[in-house]
Amino acid sequence: MTDEDGQTSPAVTRRQVLGTGSAVAGALLITGLPFAANAAGTVPANDAAGASEPDALADVTLIINGHPHQLKLDPRTTLLDALREHVAMTGTKKGCDHGQCGACTVLLEGRRINSCLTLAVMHDGQAITTIEGLANGEALHPMQAAFVEHDGFQCGYCTSGQICSAVGMLRESQLGMPSYVTDDLSVAHPTLTDAEIRERMSGNICRCAAYPNIVAAIKQAGGVRA
Amino acid sequence: MKAFTYQRASSLVQAAATSAQPNTRIIAGGTNLLDLMKLEVETPAHLVDINRLDLDRIEDTADGGLRIGAMVRNSDLAADTRVRERYPVLSRALLAGASAQLRNKATTGGNLLQRTRCSYFYDVSKPCNKRVPGSGCAALAGFNRMLSVLGGSDQCIATNPSDMAVAMRALDADVETIDGSGKSRVIPIANFHRLPGTTPQRDTNLKAGELITAVTLPPSPPGRQIYRKIRDRASYAFALVSVAAVVDVVGGRIRSARIACGGLAPKPWRVGQAEATLNGSPANAHSFDAAATALLDGARGYGSNDFKIPLARRSLSAVLSDIARV
Repeated sequence: MTDEDGQTSPAVTRRQVLGTGSAVAGALLITGLPFAANAAGTVPANDAAGASEPDALADVTLIINGHPHQLKLDPRTTLLDALREHVAMTGTKKGCDHGQCGACTVLLEGRRINSCLTLAVMHDGQAITTIEGLANGEALHPMQAAFVEHDGFQCGYCTSGQICSAVGMLRESQLGMPSYVTDDLSVAHPTLTDAEIRERMSGNICRCAAYPNIVAAIKQAGGVRA
Repeated sequence: MKAFTYQRASSLVQAAATSAQPNTRIIAGGTNLLDLMKLEVETPAHLVDINRLDLDRIEDTADGGLRIGAMVRNSDLAADTRVRERYPVLSRALLAGASAQLRNKATTGGNLLQRTRCSYFYDVSKPCNKRVPGSGCAALAGFNRMLSVLGGSDQCIATNPSDMAVAMRALDADVETIDGSGKSRVIPIANFHRLPGTTPQRDTNLKAGELITAVTLPPSPPGRQIYRKIRDRASYAFALVSVAAVVDVVGGRIRSARIACGGLAPKPWRVGQAEATLNGSPANAHSFDAAATALLDGARGYGSNDFKIPLARRSLSAVLSDIARV
């Protein structure tokens, strides 16, 4: 890692400590289990014709932020757990793990979804965009920059989901999709009023209640006049 | 979550045939099924994924209706210009349900098959006749604020949570299915969902191995369409009461009325007598009240859901008044 002076720092991050700790715990655990060899061994590939065996790992390729990732996954692995635990991309957060909070929101082929409520194996070959894929190098995505500028967060845990959701929401708006609060369904492109933004973002909960600033950030990034 | 085998369906008939096998579930959007699997309310041993089958088109039918593929996502159906123009009650109902992320995943067929959100159905430590037949119903004398005041039995008072199905009930939709031998069937939506009776574990009249392929809407009925949902939050909550109404008022008199309610019963609730009361009557408070009396005939509360009966009466009156005013 790099410190403020641009020097390489030996400091250890919280994530490294947690990661190392769980790897040690996992290794201790696995050695005691009779099926450890099976879990690590070669298993038949999953294909369209036949079903996998219950304990078999499936070959899954996810195109994450433009890069293919070839994974061997238990079919039970959610897209969220695949991203966090198997690709080590922890920007996408696990909140409720039941599709109620929106912290795990990612873009699937450009559409926002809850990554906790879908299986990674269902998305073989498909394109996933996570919070890590929004910036262009060091240049923040306009939505990220707007969240920073408007202080659209406090603790930050819901933020990656909020930002991915907001990016997906603007696309839906550009496609002319209506919402529950759209007065006139015949209008091809409903105006993104505050009420529209709030309704369209209602799948993302913020425990710190940064909602006014989140709305302001989205309005700016969406080019909506305040 | 219990371990399961996963396979991607190669064809409709193959998917239907495979789903007839014991302990096998079709997975479409997965937004309800995976939630239930995580809690081990659902414990399938085999999953058949139908996401890559060609079932995601919305097509005009020869008679001026619309045929909606089973895999059309809720968000796409709500946004379809034909649905917005001809069936706004359906667009409104869809947009009233869940969140944008869930609607991007949830499908037309899956929405019809979603399970109740009764908290005792979800809590595997509690008795529930729908989850474990014969185990009892903790809701009857428990926390039943969200549950049925119509159509329940002494074994189950779960509500159907769908908004979409309520609008489709008012629109007289047909559900098209296929089975493992390739045979098709059309089920009028009125006969699709079941009342619990003594078999609350069965939500619908689908047979084992029968797969939904499409929902067909007849031509748009005359009149104004409204979907009104009353819930505990302004957004992203299940209905306490909802009303889907398609009512034609000419010169202060009701020419035809179709009314279905959500949040009240184990299936979208529509009563012919309530509509017969309205047809030909003046569009006034007296007529609306008579319709509500017919619609709520036999309603009973179970304690914390008693409020739903007067709430449904007032909601229906409010919706009909709004339609009559224009």
